[in-house]
Amino acid sequence: MTTLIAIAGLGIICLIAEIFNLRKAIVPVSIIGLLAILGLNITELNLVGSTYYNNMIVENNYSRIFSALFIVLTTFLVALSPEFHKNHKTKISDFVAIKLFLLAGAVAMVSFGNLAMFFLGIEILSISLYILAASEPKNVSSNEAGMKYFLMGSFASGVILFGIALIYGATGSFDVETIYNTVSGGNIPGWFFIGIVLLTIGLLFKIAAVPFHFWAPDVYEGSPALTTATMSTLAKVAAMAAFFKLMKGLNHEVPGTYVTIIIIVSALSMFVGNLMALKQSNVKRMLAFSGISHAGFMLMVFLSPPTTTGVLFYYAAAYGLAGIAAFAVVLSVCGNKGNEEIYNFNGLGKTHPLMAAVLTCSLLSMAGIPIFSGFFAKFFLFGEVLRAGQVAIVIIAVVNSIISVGYYFKLILAMYTKDSTEEKQAVPFAYSVVAVVAILLNIALGLYPDLVLGYL
Amino acid sequence: MDVLIILITLLIGAAATYFAGDKLASKVATFFSLAAFGLTLYISYLQSNGVEVGFTRPWIRVPNIQLSFLADGLSLTMVLLTTALAPIIILSTFKKVQNKAKSFYGLIMLMVFAMAGTFLSGDGLLYYIFWELSLIPIYFIALIWGGGEAEARKKDVVKFFIYTFAGSLFMLVAFVYLYQKTGSFLNYHFLRLHLNGTEQFWIFFAFFIAYAIKIPIIPFHTWQANVYQKAPTAGTMLLSGIMLKMAIYSIIRWQLPIAPAPAKEYMYPLIALCIAGVIYGSILALKQQDLKKLLAYSSLAHVGLIAAGVYTLTIDGLRGAVLQMVAHGFVVVGLFYAAEIIQRRYNTTEISEMGGIRVQTPRFTSMFMILVLASVALPSTFNFVGEFEVLYSLAQTNIWFAVLGGTTIILGAFYMLRMFQQVMLGEQNTKVFADVTFGEGFVFVLIIGVLLFFGLYPKPIVNFVSPVLENIILHINTSN
Repeated sequence: MTTLIAIAGLGIICLIAEIFNLRKAIVPVSIIGLLAILGLNITELNLVGSTYYNNMIVENNYSRIFSALFIVLTTFLVALSPEFHKNHKTKISDFVAIKLFLLAGAVAMVSFGNLAMFFLGIEILSISLYILAASEPKNVSSNEAGMKYFLMGSFASGVILFGIALIYGATGSFDVETIYNTVSGGNIPGWFFIGIVLLTIGLLFKIAAVPFHFWAPDVYEGSPALTTATMSTLAKVAAMAAFFKLMKGLNHEVPGTYVTIIIIVSALSMFVGNLMALKQSNVKRMLAFSGISHAGFMLMVFLSPPTTTGVLFYYAAAYGLAGIAAFAVVLSVCGNKGNEEIYNFNGLGKTHPLMAAVLTCSLLSMAGIPIFSGFFAKFFLFGEVLRAGQVAIVIIAVVNSIISVGYYFKLILAMYTKDSTEEKQAVPFAYSVVAVVAILLNIALGLYPDLVLGYL
Repeated sequence: MDVLIILITLLIGAAATYFAGDKLASKVATFFSLAAFGLTLYISYLQSNGVEVGFTRPWIRVPNIQLSFLADGLSLTMVLLTTALAPIIILSTFKKVQNKAKSFYGLIMLMVFAMAGTFLSGDGLLYYIFWELSLIPIYFIALIWGGGEAEARKKDVVKFFIYTFAGSLFMLVAFVYLYQKTGSFLNYHFLRLHLNGTEQFWIFFAFFIAYAIKIPIIPFHTWQANVYQKAPTAGTMLLSGIMLKMAIYSIIRWQLPIAPAPAKEYMYPLIALCIAGVIYGSILALKQQDLKKLLAYSSLAHVGLIAAGVYTLTIDGLRGAVLQMVAHGFVVVGLFYAAEIIQRRYNTTEISEMGGIRVQTPRFTSMFMILVLASVALPSTFNFVGEFEVLYSLAQTNIWFAVLGGTTIILGAFYMLRMFQQVMLGEQNTKVFADVTFGEGFVFVLIIGVLLFFGLYPKPIVNFVSPVLENIILHINTSN
């Protein structure tokens, strides 16, 4: 609870700082504040779970450790902001404050005890993202992305709300625990399941899983690159964590038909995401499709919910950190080029060996090559799913891992085998620090998975 | 002191090489690879005197993964081969000016580290990590420092990466399945499992895909010749000298003991597949006009024979395979080095553009000749010992296998000597060919020394590996 209040407070401090003309202090203060909140959050780990406000907020290790991950990702995103928005210095307080409110939404999404709180969290996160997507008002594609995202997102929110209403109608409560007890008592009306299905559809929208993925590539491509980074790391991971918590909280067992749906959606997401990514020449679009396929991978956790909580967190952390590192490099390379085509990366291995190495490492992590945490994430996931007896989906996932190597290596090849056509430009300090720290955290997770797996 | 120190030395060596800068990189790499070789020798000495040099510590609690390195005669022999070839390979690059030298030598050291780790790992997942890790350096070495037209090279190297990566993912699935059964990835826990026939078949099959691509056994060989031709010579040496031995070692260490039943049941088709590779490789070698490609296909033939020896499941087959792995490692490095020397002077690998070198270079000619003869397994060379044992084991299984496998010697003699004739003999070439320098000659002398010494006195290696191999054979024969 303190975490949530502190984050919201920090966001307000950002806005107040602007009033008192302390613009220079905003980013350092936010980063220090976020790190302090992270420390606070980590000291609370392993404490007994507690509830606040009539069970509106439930704090336990699940919420704490995911909050910690969100805070780390947000810290990186905030650290990238001043350099990215250097042409709009006056607006920096808005950008940072919105990111902090977005974080508050994400934290609420993993610590809800009541469906109303869950919906509030998802809306805070989404509205912040709509604003960020359209945050370049003079850029047509940013406007388009914001509008598209808003329409699609609010539609999905509507579906979720309808689902919640049906569940309320069936059980007479918004409280997750009460719903759970009512469901396990048996004798529930059929529209409860319709409600669950609508909730699922809405959340599949949010995590951009096939067949609800069509908005993602356009929105990712049109939005400013930093917003794309936010969407594809923080927002996706938060939606996935909330999805998992919700489904685990509402159903005491996963029915067979639901498993079938998850398998189909997961397999489709992997195939469509990977096959489309193979054809892209724009890096942002490619990462969008790669994100769709990763959503497919993450969906596999639903096949064995009791044992995959830790796996989901590990996968989310590995994916999020690799994504941040990759986007930091993309920002530094394409920052003032106006587009994110692959040819911008030509010869990066020669001009900026460090940036090229970081991007290579993060792509290798996403592809699932050992010692990077992406490998262990896939490995733990496959292990648990195999144990649950789902061999077919694991084989599909393995095949998709092979396909994904194809497009990740396209970028690596461009960096190391082609010659740069442009003059060497200095990499902004903030970008290189974020890139290196994020990838080091990723590798550290790969070397010591016990670091985080012990808590769940 | 335990085997960990070898790996630490190599890893520190890789980092030190990179940070030493372009000028010092090659010297630092030589130093650390020699240090690793010295340490390996010392550890092997300790091990043969009965000192426990293995190393096991817990690493990841859930799932249960151990940082386990086992050191017996077999794995130490392979590490010896690795660390002995590493300084030779590094020395062979000395005369050639490398751009981005620190990355080049750093990657070589990293690759040697990963390969040594593969040979030493006693935990399945650790082994898999090292196995995959070795792929990354060689990918970059071939990609950045390779020769030939850039687009074509890129295609071949990526094909190689995806092939081997795809293969090893199947192996990973097999490991995960085994983990579900035992709750551990340790090799000796796997060996205690009693798997039924179907399970063994699928696990054997998953391992087989990974290894057949790496070795390569036909029909999984299509990546090989192009990559060998296009990679820089040091990369080709690493690939053919050490990396493909990882796969044969793995058959002996992991595949056969874990899933012996399919190995017995499908022994004939497996051997036939390997022998087919022998004949196929030899025939293609006959037709090659490119020196490096010719050597690549001849390597395909020799390695096919080694794999055939392993799948006979006899002590002679396994021992012959190990001996031949070491011998082939040295001879193939020597041959590629000779090709590199010619390429440096003539800027081509086309055989038709060579000829008449002998008159100008008596020393190089005689050294090259000895290597050629060793590669066709002339008695008194190391290769003869290994090849003979392998053929003997094939004859025990079925005499026709030995006859067909023996064609590698006949065909090998044919294409190798014809190559030698076209490259070295004939009218004096108009282009000047400087004789080998001291440094180049030194590398050849080292290789030839090893080949002749063990050719005449293979006992140390035989004694070192035999107990391990006998245990493995015993395990295969006693399990049902």
